[in-house]
Amino acid sequence: MPELTSRRGLLFGTAAMGAGALLVGCTSNESDDEPAANDQPAADDKPGKEVTIGFAGPQADHGWLNAINDNAKSRAKKYSDVTLEITEGSNDTAAQIGQIETLINKKVDVLVVLPADGKALTQVGLKAMRANIPVINLDRIFNTPQAYRCWIGGDNYGMGLNAGHYIGEKLKGKADATVIELAGLDNLELTQQRTQGFDDALKNYPNIKKVARQAAEFTVESGQAKMAQLLQAQSKFDALWNHDDDQGVGALRAIEQAGRDDFLMVGGAGALSAFQAIKKDDGVLKATVLYPPTMAASAIDLARALGQSKGVGGMAEFEIPASITLYSAVVDKDNVDQYMPTGFK
Amino acid sequence: MTQHASPPRDSTGKVPSAGAAPAWRGLMARADVRTLSLLGVLAALILIGGITKPDEFLDTRNLQLVLTQGSVIGVVTVGMTFVITSGGIDLSVGAIVALASVWATTVATQEYGFAGILFTAVIVGVACGLVNGVLIAYGAMVPFIATLAMLASARGLALQITDGKTQIVTIPSVLDLGERDAYVLGIPPLVMVFAVVTIIGWLILNRTTFGRRTVAVGGNAEAARLAGIDVRRQRLYLYLLSGLCCGIAAFMLIILSGSGQNTNGNLYELDAIAAAIIGGTLLSGGRGTITGSVLGVLIFTTITNIFALNNLQSDVQQIAKGAIIVAAVLVQRRTASTT
Repeated sequence: MPELTSRRGLLFGTAAMGAGALLVGCTSNESDDEPAANDQPAADDKPGKEVTIGFAGPQADHGWLNAINDNAKSRAKKYSDVTLEITEGSNDTAAQIGQIETLINKKVDVLVVLPADGKALTQVGLKAMRANIPVINLDRIFNTPQAYRCWIGGDNYGMGLNAGHYIGEKLKGKADATVIELAGLDNLELTQQRTQGFDDALKNYPNIKKVARQAAEFTVESGQAKMAQLLQAQSKFDALWNHDDDQGVGALRAIEQAGRDDFLMVGGAGALSAFQAIKKDDGVLKATVLYPPTMAASAIDLARALGQSKGVGGMAEFEIPASITLYSAVVDKDNVDQYMPTGFK
Repeated sequence: MTQHASPPRDSTGKVPSAGAAPAWRGLMARADVRTLSLLGVLAALILIGGITKPDEFLDTRNLQLVLTQGSVIGVVTVGMTFVITSGGIDLSVGAIVALASVWATTVATQEYGFAGILFTAVIVGVACGLVNGVLIAYGAMVPFIATLAMLASARGLALQITDGKTQIVTIPSVLDLGERDAYVLGIPPLVMVFAVVTIIGWLILNRTTFGRRTVAVGGNAEAARLAGIDVRRQRLYLYLLSGLCCGIAAFMLIILSGSGQNTNGNLYELDAIAAAIIGGTLLSGGRGTITGSVLGVLIFTTITNIFALNNLQSDVQQIAKGAIIVAAVLVQRRTASTT
C-alpha cells in the first residue's frame, strides 16, 4: 500500500525535522552499547490500549478542509484500538467551543482540534489540558503552548520559500526574468507568510523580478477573475506562483481563455486536479507546493501514541514531540505519482 | 428622503399621471443629470485608466475583459433592481447563484449535457425565487428576513451537494462558450446575454404594466392596493424574476469559471445592492433605473480592472471602493439637487 508508506514517510521525516535539536543529542552518543532509547515503546500498527480520540474541526467548506476530515476518519478506521468521536464541523467560534466542551465532558482520552480560529479557541484548549485531556493542535495554532500537548501543522512560509526556489532554479540563467503572484485571501496571516517566503526565496535570484501580485479568495470564481486581470496587466512574464490549487482551477481557466502558454505556473496545496494536470504535462502548470492534508492522519497517529503513552516510531524519545512543522514538498512531473493518492478534490 | 410619501413614479422618476408640464420637465432633467453624472464618473475612471496604463487599459481585449467580468453580477443586479424598486430586498442572490451553479454541475446533471446544465441552473434559481416570493408575499415575512433565511439554507444545501469539493465541468459545448473562439464580432457570448437581459429588463420596467405596478408597489403599497393592483402577486413575481436572473447568472458563471463551487457568488448581494443604489435606484422603493444599475456595475468592474492593472493590493482596493461609493452618491445628490 504505497499510500500508507508515503504518509508514514511524511510523518516520520517531518517529525525528525521538528525535533532535530533533540536528535542531535542522541546521535552524539558514542558508546558501543546499544543506545538505551532503542527499546522505548513506539506506537506501531499492532493493536494496543483502547484510545478514544475526540476530533473537532471547522466546517469543511472547501477541498482542503474536506480532505482533513477524510484523512482523520480513514486513519482512525485503520486502527482497531481507536474510537473516533468526530463533531460536526463549524466555523462559528462559539459553536466549536461548545463541541469541544462536549468532548471534554465525554472524557475522551485525547483531543485533536483544528480550530476555526486558533486564537479564539485557546481557552477551551487550556480547559481540556487542565481536565487532563491532552490536546493535539492541528495547523491553526493556539495562543499559548499551555493549550496543547503537541502542535502539528503546515509551513506557509516554507510553501512560499519552496515555490520561489523552484521557480528560481527553473529560470536560472535567464536574464531579466519576471514572475507574478496570485495570492490567497489577503485578510489571512497565512497569505502574508506565503508571500513573505516567496519574496525571500526570490532574493537569492537577482535575475528575477516580481512584477505583479493580486490577491484572490481561495475560490475558483475569484481565481478566474483575478488571473484574467493579471494576464491583461502583464503581456509577458516567465513564471506564476498561485497560492492555492482551488483558485488555481479558475486561474487555469482564465489562462486558457486568454490563450496564453508562454510561462510556467506553480500551484499550492496539492489538489488532485493539479496533480493530474502536472502528470499530463500539456499546460502551464508544472508543479505544486504541498500543504499536506495528511497532517490530520498524522495527528490521529500522534493522539493514539499519546493515549497509549508511547513515542513515535523512528524517533528515540519516550514521548511524542511538542511541535511538528510539516515540509512543503514541491510536487512536479518527476514525483507526482507518489503524491497522487494524497490529492484532494 | 422626501420621496417616501410622494405618489408612485416610474423608473425615470416622473409621476405617471403628471399633468403639470414644468414639474414633469424638471424631474425628467433630474433623472438625466443622474445618469449623466454616472457617465461622468465612468468617463473619469476611463481617463484614469488610460493615463496610468495606456497600453493595457485602452485595448479591445481589456474592454472584452471588463464587460465579461461585469456580466454575471450585472444580470443579478438587473433582477435586484426590480426587487429594490418594489421596496423589497433580496439578500439571497449570491447563495442562489452558488446553489444553482453546483446543482447544475453535479456528475448526474452533467450527464444531460449542455441543456441539462442550463435547465437545472435556471430551474433552481426560479425555485429559490418562488420560495422567497411565497414567504414574502403570502407568508407576510419581511423580505430582509425571508431572503436571509434563503441565503443561509441555499449556501448550506450547496455545501451539502458539493461536500466542499470543486465540481469541474467537462462538457465541451459549455466550456467553449467562454473561449475566444465563441466571440461574435468581438463580442463575448456572456456579454451578449448581459446585454439582452438588460434590454429586456429596461423594457419591462419602463414600458409595461408590470413595470409600472412594480414602481407603484414600491412607492406606496397601500395606495397600489387601493388602486386595484394585486400587491402580493406582484411581489411573488418580482422575487421569481430575481431568482430567474440568479439562475441565468449561475449558468454564465459556470461558463466563465468552468466549474461549480459552493463558494460561488460570494457577497453578490452586497455588490448588486451597491451597484443598484449608486445607479440611482431608491433603497426604500418607488424609483428604479436599469440604466443606472448597469452603469453602477460597469463603474465597479472598471475600478477593479484599473486597480488590478496598476497592481494595487486588496487593502487599497477596498478602501478606495468604499470612498468611491460615498463620492458617487454625494456627487449625484449634489447635481440632482442643484437642478
